Amino acid sequence: MTVAVPLSLNEAFDALSRTPDARLIQGGTDLMVEINFNHVKPVDVIALRRIKELRTWQVNSNNTITIGSGVPYQEMEVGQLKELLPALAEAARTVGSPQIRAAGTLGGNLGTCSPAGDGLPVLFALDAIVHLQSAVTSRELSIHEFMLGVKRNARHANEIITGVTVPILDGWQGYAKVGVRNAMVISVASACLAVDKKNNSVRIALGAVGPTIIRCRDAESWLVQQLDLTTATSIDTTIAQEFGRRVALESKPIDDHRSTAEYRRHAVGVLAQRLITRAYTS
Amino acid sequence: MSTVKQDTRLRDILGTSALRPDGVAKVMGSFSFSSDMWAENMLWGATLRSPHPYARIISIDTTAALLISGVSAVITAQDVPGKATYGLISADQPVFASEFVRYMGEPVAAVAADHPETCRRALAAIIVNYEVLTPVVDPELAMLATTEQIHPDGNLIRHQRIICGDPHISGNITVEGNYTIGMQDQAFLGLEAAMAFPDSGGNGVELHIATQWLHEDRGQIAACLKLPEDNVRLVLGGVGGAFGAREDISLQVHCCLLALRTGRPIKMQYSREESFFGHVHRHPAKIWMKHHATKEGKIVKVESRMVFDGGAYTSTSPAVLINGITHTQGPYQCDNAVVDGYAVRTNNPPCGAMRGFGVVQACFAHESQMDKLAQACGLSPVDVRLINAMHTGDKLITGQVMESVAPVERCIRETDAIPMPETLAPNANVLEFPGGSGRTADRHNIVRGIGWGVSMKNLMYSEGFDDYATARCTLSNGIASLKFATSEVGQGFVTLAPQIARSVLGVDDVVLETSDTQIGSAGSTSASRQTWMSGGAVDGACRLVRERLFEHVGKLHNIDPIRLMIEHTDVIDTIGTFRISVAEATQGITLSETFEHHHRKTEDLDANGQGNCHVAFAFVAHRAVVDVDVELGLVKVVQIATAQDVGRVLNPLSAIGQIEGGIAQGLGLAVMEEIIMDNGRVKNPSFTDYLLPTALDAPHVVAIMIEEAEPQAPLGAKGIGEPPCISVTPAIIAAIRAATGKALSRVPVRPQDICL
Ligand SMILES: Cc1cc2nc3c(=O)[nH]c(=O)nc-3n(C[C@H](O)[C@H](O)[C@H](O)COP(=O)(O)OP(=O)(O)OC[C@H]3O[C@@H](n4cnc5c(N)ncnc54)[C@H](O)[C@@H]3O)c2cc1C
Repeated sequence: MTVAVPLSLNEAFDALSRTPDARLIQGGTDLMVEINFNHVKPVDVIALRRIKELRTWQVNSNNTITIGSGVPYQEMEVGQLKELLPALAEAARTVGSPQIRAAGTLGGNLGTCSPAGDGLPVLFALDAIVHLQSAVTSRELSIHEFMLGVKRNARHANEIITGVTVPILDGWQGYAKVGVRNAMVISVASACLAVDKKNNSVRIALGAVGPTIIRCRDAESWLVQQLDLTTATSIDTTIAQEFGRRVALESKPIDDHRSTAEYRRHAVGVLAQRLITRAYTS
Repeated sequence: MSTVKQDTRLRDILGTSALRPDGVAKVMGSFSFSSDMWAENMLWGATLRSPHPYARIISIDTTAALLISGVSAVITAQDVPGKATYGLISADQPVFASEFVRYMGEPVAAVAADHPETCRRALAAIIVNYEVLTPVVDPELAMLATTEQIHPDGNLIRHQRIICGDPHISGNITVEGNYTIGMQDQAFLGLEAAMAFPDSGGNGVELHIATQWLHEDRGQIAACLKLPEDNVRLVLGGVGGAFGAREDISLQVHCCLLALRTGRPIKMQYSREESFFGHVHRHPAKIWMKHHATKEGKIVKVESRMVFDGGAYTSTSPAVLINGITHTQGPYQCDNAVVDGYAVRTNNPPCGAMRGFGVVQACFAHESQMDKLAQACGLSPVDVRLINAMHTGDKLITGQVMESVAPVERCIRETDAIPMPETLAPNANVLEFPGGSGRTADRHNIVRGIGWGVSMKNLMYSEGFDDYATARCTLSNGIASLKFATSEVGQGFVTLAPQIARSVLGVDDVVLETSDTQIGSAGSTSASRQTWMSGGAVDGACRLVRERLFEHVGKLHNIDPIRLMIEHTDVIDTIGTFRISVAEATQGITLSETFEHHHRKTEDLDANGQGNCHVAFAFVAHRAVVDVDVELGLVKVVQIATAQDVGRVLNPLSAIGQIEGGIAQGLGLAVMEEIIMDNGRVKNPSFTDYLLPTALDAPHVVAIMIEEAEPQAPLGAKGIGEPPCISVTPAIIAAIRAATGKALSRVPVRPQDICL
């Protein structure tokens, strides 16, 4: 096995053209598990950890933020990133343990593309743009087009995910995840809710209740008709409940060893109700 | 987490919080576990396992595997020179499956090669032709005579009744319920690992192994290898936890066979996934229980039917079953009983020993019943337990008289007196809420519940078994060295043994010799027994040496030895002024004595389950305070208050460690730990989905240790390892019931059980 340790994106593309079948590794918190379980046996590995460009983030002039694919979760939990993207901060806090959050990244979460990935519902709620680059091409893909199914995405083999761009919204946002223990647990069901006051809209995305992350468009548009999302300061319990019910209807959960479809559907309804209530109580 | 006040301790004698000699090394990562062993010229061993819960083996072709370069040996059932099977109670488990595989993960072959990766390829190259059969997985079905018998010994491993008093008596009040206990795993952190060194000439082998009982392993290994026991030497490797999962043979025989076959040292170690298939688990059980009581709440009779799923092989199922049924009454007086217990063979993974050993299952049922009884009689959970509390001298449903100190009432009252935790503060940290870091709950979603659990647990082995322990003490030049075969699996015997020697002999320097089979058996590190048994042996050996020391000093200084005693580190004359330090008194001499400690004899149960089958008992009470997110079914155990009957505290720090660890394990069974089975298949053999409590799940523990020295126990101390994990499980479930009003008759309780 060869391990290339490029220090820049260009070096990484060089390595990728020399060994086109190479596996990319960022924090390794997904890939090493696969290797340890003998599910994959990479011959060549390209380690992206030393590429500074991927480990930075910046606020853009058009009121958006671009986060490099190599920024670890622990940086999202604190400081300015937390202030500007509170839902991402909460999602980051739910990931694994401190060790995992020190190593794990959004690039890896996107690369793996598990419906239980905690970064993904936030990206879906925020309509994130995923940046993909190869030695010769560069493209931007909506997160909705990027994630194709369970652990399937639209990345080409010669591309590196360099980062994501998300808007800075005016409005409450939050993330909640149900697991069977109180930390370090794979999501049984999760939800991200973001209010966009400027556009009088609310966005809600669900994790672990379908083959991809699910945006609940029907529930979103129903809610807009119930109250003025820009000016409201509180929300009726009945509206919050009905919102939860509608969100649950849009989920497509399954039974597996982690939980049941029935519970998952129930849980996302409760989470939606609670998140929208939180949004209009503070 | 509790903290233990560290008094200034001048000498690490009994009663002080002496520190573990291996503590720093373990924290720093420098302790050598069995999996860290390495030897010049060694090969790696690996095991091929059945992918099916039940299948007939039509053929095994190892040709291709042997052709792989780097592979030195491939062995199957044909290569076992001695006994083809092993087992703790009944030798019914094959070293390698030959005709049938009876559970998913059963060993079929093993390989030795130059690298773990070569081993993996060799395993993949072994072609096994299976005729897949329909597994028998429901113990109720399995025990019927009309069901296919999946083993020549039949599907019913053991049936035992208990009939006590008047089986037809009833009371004004009856309560009953059906209870289910899921399959828990011991989940020790140090995975199975061993290294075998063949003797030159191939007539013997030395096995370094993480195990709970060196001598028992040796007996079983020698029989399979067809070697005299003396030619099989076992040395204890560094053990990273056990909890019962190292009582049975796992890789021992395979590793020795490969070493003898190749003539080279063999290292074997399991991965976490393999470990789930490589050791026995806690028995899943279904229990029906009915209590008859007076309208004042006094128990008149208990009836029960218990079915324990033993999985494919016997392991310790018969003993686990007996523990379960003989603890049906719990720590309560009960004059009449009708109990039927069944341990049944199925195509599920073999089940055997785990901390609590059958009592965990019974306790979940009887404590759930006590709460039902309280409700039916209009009593509080505390009062119903106080009214029925057992005392020393009471007769058990087996006819045995409770001779142990039995401070059940005191356990309950002292637990009850522990202050309740504060109510959730408005500014409470949301990470402390049910759901924890998932941020699912707001304050108003949370309902707090309080629940109780009280238990009785037998100590040591039962039913006539003489599980003695041996120790040797050698005193020379002021240094004591201790030799025993006791397995240190984390329980702290390596701390306790020197404490005993210091107290008895007045020395400060104590050397622990290697734990191996070069001395008599110490029995198993299980059944809460080593402090009592090996502690008794070390104490006995040290006392014999002390007698020899007094004789020696008496003779030299013309004092009747009977007048001599140890004070601190000196030998003194109790009625004179003579004083000499132990160090000086033992200059140039060597005093050495070996002692075997036997507990009092016990008996088998008769056909009606009557007999003095247990040695002694310990008691504990738990009160759980649990916050529940009722709508999502998520929980946070806030506080566990406990008062435990410990006899005497020999090391406060070790004791609190056992109590907190046991509580975490009991909490695991209550709300998350379960091996999930689907038609004989394990669905979650990894720590991704077999969930153990994290720091955010662990409760605040407030513990009181009740010290009433046990006259039968050599050091006055009862075993404290198992009791903490037993009644905490029902206490937590009772608290969740109190918060939700749900019946909750199954552990682990799942979110959907609470909220749907
Ligand atoms: C103990 C533990 C707990 C965990 N808990 C959680 C949890 O609670 N929530 C959760 O969502 N996840 C969890 N995970 C999974 C994992 O931590 C996350 O998915 C994390 O985001 C992966 O990031 P990484 O940088 O470590 O990815 P890596 O393992 O380095 O890579 C993952 C995949 O993405 C590809 N990849 C990585 N970077 C790029 C890139 N720049 N361009 C293209 N492809 C790329 C890799 O080739 C690989 O296929 C846990 C993992 C462990 C081991």
